[in-house]
Amino acid sequence: MALQRRKKSSPEIPTGSMADIVFLLLVFFLVTTTMNQDKGIGMQLPPEGESKKIQKKNICNIWVNVNGEILINLSDQLSITQLRADLERRMVANDKLIISLKADEDTPYETFIHVLDEVKLSGAERISLASPSE
Amino acid sequence: MNFKKKGGVAQSIPTGSMADITFLLLIFFMVSTVFVRFRVSGIILPKAEKVEELKKRRHINYLWVSADRKIFIDDKVANIDDVAGIFYQRRVADPRMVVSVKCDQRAPYGLISSVLEELRKADALRINFATDRKR
Repeated sequence: MALQRRKKSSPEIPTGSMADIVFLLLVFFLVTTTMNQDKGIGMQLPPEGESKKIQKKNICNIWVNVNGEILINLSDQLSITQLRADLERRMVANDKLIISLKADEDTPYETFIHVLDEVKLSGAERISLASPSE
Repeated sequence: MNFKKKGGVAQSIPTGSMADITFLLLIFFMVSTVFVRFRVSGIILPKAEKVEELKKRRHINYLWVSADRKIFIDDKVANIDDVAGIFYQRRVADPRMVVSVKCDQRAPYGLISSVLEELRKADALRINFATDRKR
């Protein structure tokens, strides 16, 4: 009778499917990754109760109504495309200029952001957001 | 004379290092993944050109205003009178807090202005009007 030795099972951990597992994880992370960062227009609000007296000539009031029409210093009516150039011109004339943005209560937020974006693009640093009730 | 066949060039692509490459990619994606923490559905952000990116996600707090005048803090509905209280506590816990104001483009400015007033009361002065980048 021929006694045969039993086959020994190999003591190694099989690594053949390792790549498959890693690929699976990789696909999971590829799918779930969101690269979008939070972005927007940054503003620093003034502390509550703080009000400074500012000379009238250093303030540039921008009024925005419900229809997105823009009025500067209660006299010049502009379209949004003219706003940037106009503000740049005003800021060259007066480097202490503070832009005060007043929007109507029912102005859509989109219009407000559009105007604020143009103000920021004109290079204005000092921007004040006036509340509609004032 | 005995002519031997020349040893042919191996034609298979070596796949031994495939696992290493995948591991490297895996680690990259594991490290760079950030899961979206809060999401309020139905909010369309306005578009702007001069946008800046917010770094340091752990300092960011989210305030949402939907088109139907609802206010959400993180992703829970809040009343306008609660805004100051909630953000004051957060401001005390994290002095470098930034509030990302995510408003729908159809929301009225009056509501956003009163939200900003509340944030001023809470001394949460660093804000960011969330927008998408204009293309």
